Amino acid sequence: MTVSRKKAIELLEDEAGDVTRLFEKPVGQWKLALRRFRGRRSGMTGLFIVVGLILVALFAPLIAPYEPNEILIGVEDVGRRDPPCIHVLGCPDETPQHIMGIDGNVRDVFSRIVYGSRVSLTLGFFTVTLALVVGSTIGAISGYAGGWIDNILMRIMDVILGFPSLLLAIAIVAVLGPGLRNALLAIAIVTLPGYARVMRAQVLAIKENDYVTASRALGSSTREILLKRIIPNALTPLVVLATLGVATAILEAAGLSFLGLGAQPPDAEWGSMLARERNQVFTSPHLVFFPGIAIMLTVLGFNLMGDGMRDALDPTLNR
Amino acid sequence: MISYITRRTLLAIPVLIGIVVVVFLLVRAIPGDPCTAILGEQATEAACERFNEANGLNESLPIQLAVYIKNVFTFNLGDSISFSRPVTQMLIERLPLTAELALSALFLAVVVGVPLGILAARRHNSVVDTATMAFANVGVSMPVFWLGLMLAYLFALVLRDTPFVLPPSGRLSPGVFPMAYYDVWGWELTEGSTWAKFNEYLANHFILNSLVTGQWDVFWDAVKHMILPAVALATIPLSIIARITRSSLLEVMGKDYIRTARAKGASEGSVVRGHALRNSMLAVVTIIGLQLGALLGGAILTETVFNLAGVGRSLFEAITARDYAVVQGFTVVIAGIYVVVNLLVDLSYAYLDPRIRLE
Repeated sequence: MTVSRKKAIELLEDEAGDVTRLFEKPVGQWKLALRRFRGRRSGMTGLFIVVGLILVALFAPLIAPYEPNEILIGVEDVGRRDPPCIHVLGCPDETPQHIMGIDGNVRDVFSRIVYGSRVSLTLGFFTVTLALVVGSTIGAISGYAGGWIDNILMRIMDVILGFPSLLLAIAIVAVLGPGLRNALLAIAIVTLPGYARVMRAQVLAIKENDYVTASRALGSSTREILLKRIIPNALTPLVVLATLGVATAILEAAGLSFLGLGAQPPDAEWGSMLARERNQVFTSPHLVFFPGIAIMLTVLGFNLMGDGMRDALDPTLNR
Repeated sequence: MISYITRRTLLAIPVLIGIVVVVFLLVRAIPGDPCTAILGEQATEAACERFNEANGLNESLPIQLAVYIKNVFTFNLGDSISFSRPVTQMLIERLPLTAELALSALFLAVVVGVPLGILAARRHNSVVDTATMAFANVGVSMPVFWLGLMLAYLFALVLRDTPFVLPPSGRLSPGVFPMAYYDVWGWELTEGSTWAKFNEYLANHFILNSLVTGQWDVFWDAVKHMILPAVALATIPLSIIARITRSSLLEVMGKDYIRTARAKGASEGSVVRGHALRNSMLAVVTIIGLQLGALLGGAILTETVFNLAGVGRSLFEAITARDYAVVQGFTVVIAGIYVVVNLLVDLSYAYLDPRIRLE
């Protein structure tokens, strides 16, 4: 087989590259993980969906043709619950274009869906941050202290896990009163045990390491050992759990809103948009269809991204 | 094995007591008192005084709690304030619906999910695998209530003139009445006895009741009403079960003893059936148990969408109405079922994997 001169040089260069690579700085675990993550189609799909949603939420006023709560009676020639009208798909030019139709209060559904991304993303982010911070603190204390403190904290977590999560969330919202902020708190509480348990398991494994003993021998305080030695090394699985947790939080919040316990009208929130029009599903299915698709797409994005991250960060899957 | 069962069972008791206490306190913490919630306009001070006296709400909290715990363990769950009926009677009427719904959904999820997972694992990285996993990823991301409404729209409206039409709400069509098996078989039951109540509870499982007594018209009607809610409720667990089956089977198939089995000349089918499946089922059994909690939570949403008077829906309404006894009773029963199922999962885990018993 003859190889062209140019190709031969390229091959040689590649080989040289391989050799010189041996003398390069070793690649860190995060860089390796990033490389693995980029190689996975589903993880990248998730990342694209999530980034796309963040962009939609950030630039909502530029994307949405109307204000989310703008009532179009007298503004345009549209009626209550008009079906979608898309000009390129054959809707007559004289009818105003509303690609997802009009809702029961004569508002543009597409604009409300676009603004709804802000509500869902904010809610997902804050719920998970709260659950992550409180849950992993409980887990870290439990795992590091051991003994009766560990026992009490973990039994409390068991009781929370003893309830179906939506049921407990409903009860908590009933106590605190309906509304988005209380729904957020309730979901954070019912998802606490997951973070606490994972953090505890991590701490139990890490605290036996020599570098922790060394740190203690050097006279570090418990606080210092936990914050500087143990927690930074325990974070990897929690990052994955948190990403998947955003998906769960958004889904549960939509469920609470559907039952009338989350977002209150006139907030443009997907779950409550769907709930308000659910009895119209046989006459105006578009009012139920689009908010559901929005929820599904968001949850799917975070699920795929979380799965991709788990595969990328798990060194045992190094094949 | 026996010491493992005892140890594991004893561990469940503090959790159960914790649940009873948490429910009790949560219900008491709901703002607004039951008197104003029930009596409304007529809630004068004197009327409320009598109301609280009659319902034992004048006692201090610890005493109310002690009375309540005693009652729970003697199966006396009190009376519903808004329906003026014993909570046990309401459970007899409403729990069977939720049980049938959750079990049908779980059945669907296992019967479809496990084979799908096995198929995806056997054809790893093929089109079948990719399609199954894409389906599972979408399935796990769908809101139950949205899927329910869309299924109702599709099967009750779009397909209404085809043989595939299915009812969008309710448990039976109007005019269809199931006859309890004890009436069919002419049993003599004493009105109000525990045995009669137990039989009434069993007979309220319409699908089961009409199946054993051969009332086929009732059976088909009940099954038809159950399909859409069960499919909606099953989607998430089905997807999760398919994923876990696939990944756990793939992991086992990479083990040395599988290579040994192949090396000794065993056929691919007998390698999978004889060596891989049982070992990969450990993870699947755990997940199936854990899904029950999700099913009971999802039942609240599914029952709302399909207008079914089950435990989930009633519980939600009782919370809004501050019906203490119903909220407490139903929650304790649901959480109790959940704890028992998790216990059974742990025990079956120990049965499947002898190493666990020895820990």
